[in-house]
Amino acid sequence: MDDTLRDLYQDVILDHSKHPRHFGKLTDATNTAQGHNPLCGDRVTMYLKVDAADRIQDIAFEGKGCAISQASASLMTDMIVGRTVAEAEQLMGGFLHLVKGEDASDLDPDDRERLDVMAGVSAFPMRVKCATLAWHTMKSALESGEAAKTE
Amino acid sequence: MTAQTKIASAFDPQAARADFPILSKPIYGKPLVYFDNGASAQKPRQVLDAMRDFASTEYANVHRGVHYLSGRATDRYEAARRTVQKFLGAAHEDEIVFTKGGTEAINLVAYSYLAPRIQPGDEIVLSVMEHHSNIVPWHFLRERNGAVLKWVDIRGDGSLDIEAVDTAITDKTKLVAITHISNVLGSVTPLAEIVARAHAKGVPVLADGAQGAVHEIVDVQALDVDFYTLTAHKLYGPTGIGALYGKRKHLKAMRPFNGGGEMIREVTHDTVTYADPPARFEAGTPPIIESVGLAAAIDYLNGLDRAAVRAHEHDLLTYAREGLRQFNWLRVIGDAPGKASILSFETDGMHAHDLATILDREGVAVRAGHHCAQPLMERFGVASTTRASFGLYNTRAEIDVMLEALAKARKILV
Repeated sequence: MDDTLRDLYQDVILDHSKHPRHFGKLTDATNTAQGHNPLCGDRVTMYLKVDAADRIQDIAFEGKGCAISQASASLMTDMIVGRTVAEAEQLMGGFLHLVKGEDASDLDPDDRERLDVMAGVSAFPMRVKCATLAWHTMKSALESGEAAKTE
Repeated sequence: MTAQTKIASAFDPQAARADFPILSKPIYGKPLVYFDNGASAQKPRQVLDAMRDFASTEYANVHRGVHYLSGRATDRYEAARRTVQKFLGAAHEDEIVFTKGGTEAINLVAYSYLAPRIQPGDEIVLSVMEHHSNIVPWHFLRERNGAVLKWVDIRGDGSLDIEAVDTAITDKTKLVAITHISNVLGSVTPLAEIVARAHAKGVPVLADGAQGAVHEIVDVQALDVDFYTLTAHKLYGPTGIGALYGKRKHLKAMRPFNGGGEMIREVTHDTVTYADPPARFEAGTPPIIESVGLAAAIDYLNGLDRAAVRAHEHDLLTYAREGLRQFNWLRVIGDAPGKASILSFETDGMHAHDLATILDREGVAVRAGHHCAQPLMERFGVASTTRASFGLYNTRAEIDVMLEALAKARKILV
């Protein structure tokens, strides 16, 4: 197989997409948002429970999408539980740099290592929006609860 | 076997391939297999050369200057109009309006023809397999004029039931807006019958010919259709130009679309009077070089045996359809009898975008997504499909490459 394809569809990605973590609804969510990728029609709903200290206590997502978008959502939910809103947004900034092939040195080394499975996306510019949908939706939920778009 | 030999003698796709420079460009080091013709077709050098030669030797603005080049350019532009007229079988050249594409042609009809005739509650009949370009302009009339959109469902195989169309047409119907060929399913609608049924109730018909003009041999007079739209870039021509055919009686009665130069008779401080069609609808400098390209594309197609091209495309469709049967995880959407060479499918456990990415790395260009036809996706309960659409230069060997790539994608993703 083509190396860049192997980088994109590595086992970790396929595992996350087939067995997404935190998949489902959150009945006691404080923040929710719907995300939509108008290119492919994919949709994702993000549920977050944020406490008074601005810490993300719990998170869940629902939706259908490609392997990249599902894996990215699953990985993201795994990584931001327990972080503050500011930390989640900072992580997102680093993630966006990573998948766009930009300098991602703003990421904490441990985070960088966990997110490394998504780095292969940078070789597929047409697929960056798939990887970022869940993140934009998470941010949108934290900010206003309004619908996020990857446009 | 006999049929194959016969097709080969009337149309040789290998010879045609040599006319399309891009087909020899490798993609990721592999031969390009271009199956995204439904989105836009590649251009033969005859089109590219015609545009370059015209721009190099005869170009100026049209209908304005008294100088030599302006005269030459105007002649070429009006000759292109006659080429489109003959291509569609229109009775008069002034029934052809150049637009920037198929989308603008439909918007022109919505604004200039239908909007002034719509009262709240009036109905527009359309099918669930319309492209967004033949939906959104009518939504505008719903939002702004109180029009009601009446959707006609299709059969499970993607074919359109003429009785369902007939039933949808009532005394409130002001227009039937229907595709000639579905860009997703390839279904060919029974256009002549639709027109006959609609006219029996005094209702005009607009046909979206973005795909129809490519795959069918169109005769607007035989169809008796009121409006027919096409776009050049799907017809092996350039982007930036399309055409609207409208019956003379309709065009004459329509208000202008855009305002600007070229579309007026006289402008004063207080008044303006408008030019006759088609100039009335061609405000501003038109796509002049593109008109030469469109005419060259039509000339190119006319230089081929179009019936044989159609048979070749049908052979590709049949071959691909049979080849896909080996995959029990794949479901073709749309199997209407006599459909055009457009094949959409969905797959278990694989998303269209992942599939398209892997196919792309094998050099196979397909479309993945909703194909600007979300109501149709909803009809079939899918978010997106993968679509392979075949053009005149495609071959069976290329379909074999796609089939192998599909098997490979399955191995990677599942």
